[in-house]
Amino acid sequence: MKETDIAIIGGGPAGLSAAIYAASLGARVTLVDDGLELGGQLIKQTHKFFGSEKQFAGIRGIEIAKKMIQDIKEYDNVEVIANATVTGYYEDDVITIVQGVNGDIFKKLKANRIILATGASENMLPFVNNDLPGVYGAGAVQTLMNLYGVVPGNNILMIGAGNIGLIVSYQLLQAGIKVEAIVEALPRIGGYLVHASKIRRLGVPIYTSHTLKEVYGTDCVEKVVISEIDKNFEFIPGTEKEIKVDTVCLAVGLSPLSDLLWQAGCQMKYIPELCGYVALRDDNMKTTKDKIYIAGDVAGIEEASSAMLEGQIAGLNAAVSLGYKCDNYKKQDEKLKAELKELRDNPLSEKIKIGIEKALINEGRD
Amino acid sequence: MLERTGIPTDDDLEKVIPDKKRLAKGPVVIIECFQKIPCDPCAASCKFGAIKPFKDINDLPQVDFDKCTGCGICISSCPGLALFVIDMNYSNSKSLIKLPYEMLPLPEKGKDVYALDRAGDILGKARVVSVLKTKNKTNIISLEVPKGMAMKVRSIKVEDKNNER
Repeated sequence: MKETDIAIIGGGPAGLSAAIYAASLGARVTLVDDGLELGGQLIKQTHKFFGSEKQFAGIRGIEIAKKMIQDIKEYDNVEVIANATVTGYYEDDVITIVQGVNGDIFKKLKANRIILATGASENMLPFVNNDLPGVYGAGAVQTLMNLYGVVPGNNILMIGAGNIGLIVSYQLLQAGIKVEAIVEALPRIGGYLVHASKIRRLGVPIYTSHTLKEVYGTDCVEKVVISEIDKNFEFIPGTEKEIKVDTVCLAVGLSPLSDLLWQAGCQMKYIPELCGYVALRDDNMKTTKDKIYIAGDVAGIEEASSAMLEGQIAGLNAAVSLGYKCDNYKKQDEKLKAELKELRDNPLSEKIKIGIEKALINEGRD
Repeated sequence: MLERTGIPTDDDLEKVIPDKKRLAKGPVVIIECFQKIPCDPCAASCKFGAIKPFKDINDLPQVDFDKCTGCGICISSCPGLALFVIDMNYSNSKSLIKLPYEMLPLPEKGKDVYALDRAGDILGKARVVSVLKTKNKTNIISLEVPKGMAMKVRSIKVEDKNNER
């Protein structure tokens, strides 16, 4: 059976960062990713990133992915298994991998450390006719549009004014598609207000305290009815608006994709501030299983910028735990943790900080 | 209100617009960034130190308007497209606005486009004075507008006859 020092599951911003850091210290890294190419959600992000000048701020997501994929290639000690899904983790430190479009290649890999950077899955919204063709998740819209150059429709209603709803709306406008409106159930826009303002000034109304009531159509989406909602999220009669659209895009949040952590027996906790079940971890990103680390959205839904830092922290500490030397380990480690802390030191990150406090353990032990 | 609609209020804007005296002197940056988020590329982009270095990455940008030359380098650095340069001294009747633009097609120099306000409503037509294509693809459009519209116009709409949807 093939063996590796560190198996990293997921090749998005967290996984790539972890791989680069661990490889730079000499560890043998195997990076397993289910995409046809590495990069995770980064390769769909055509907008410029926020964050620190030190950590790719102002650079478009797709460019960040290109740079990291290039960096990965420089290391002989990194093997990439692409187009592959990790289906299980076993007690003897073996992971099982199913590879190929039809999933007909089966591989086993023994790993001394595992960094799980599997990201998140999209949330669905219950409403009448949510199974009609034309109802999309925001991730699917981005994949179609930004990876394959296919527009999902002509007139879109966006559900959700978090950063994903706002960013995908902007990308739709760039693709020449009419975004009829953005509706948001909360009384406030959840995403960055600068994103909201740049969409608004292109003529897209943002309806806060509104939600989708019903979608109409025979074979596909033909129109929607939205309604204002009160503090208790109940429809306010008489506030309905009918909008003709052929596409409804859902950007109503993400949930950590943590199945493998459950199976591995990591201690899990439901933490609403982190958007679902996450593994308890120490500040090195190590879970209650000594050999399993986490990074990125699987550790709690946040931004790519923090995912990259978590990846670096996990990559560094996993490699050092195997005996690989890092000059100035303490300094490097502290620097990364300080940068992460700084990223979260704003009012929008209050919830994240509370959530992480709940997920933090002092020592990663069973 | 900004948090509900995406449109900054007059109160919001008052905090970021330089005083009349500075405006009368010529081009100057206006940073319509009202929310503490971890983001700092604007400060690094400014070669004149007009956008002050951030103590905390979550700070709102602070501008020393006396140091600002209105060069506009910062406009394309902002991930939020929140930076504009306004020249109230452009001519007797017109002001010049430099704004970030990431849509296609790009407007043509010398042609008229629709000038939009912060809600995306059309305020009228305005002449495109220049189109600066930048490496990072946040292009900078310079727009000539009546003086009275300088604090209102923040976007443009280009008529695209080949791509009507």
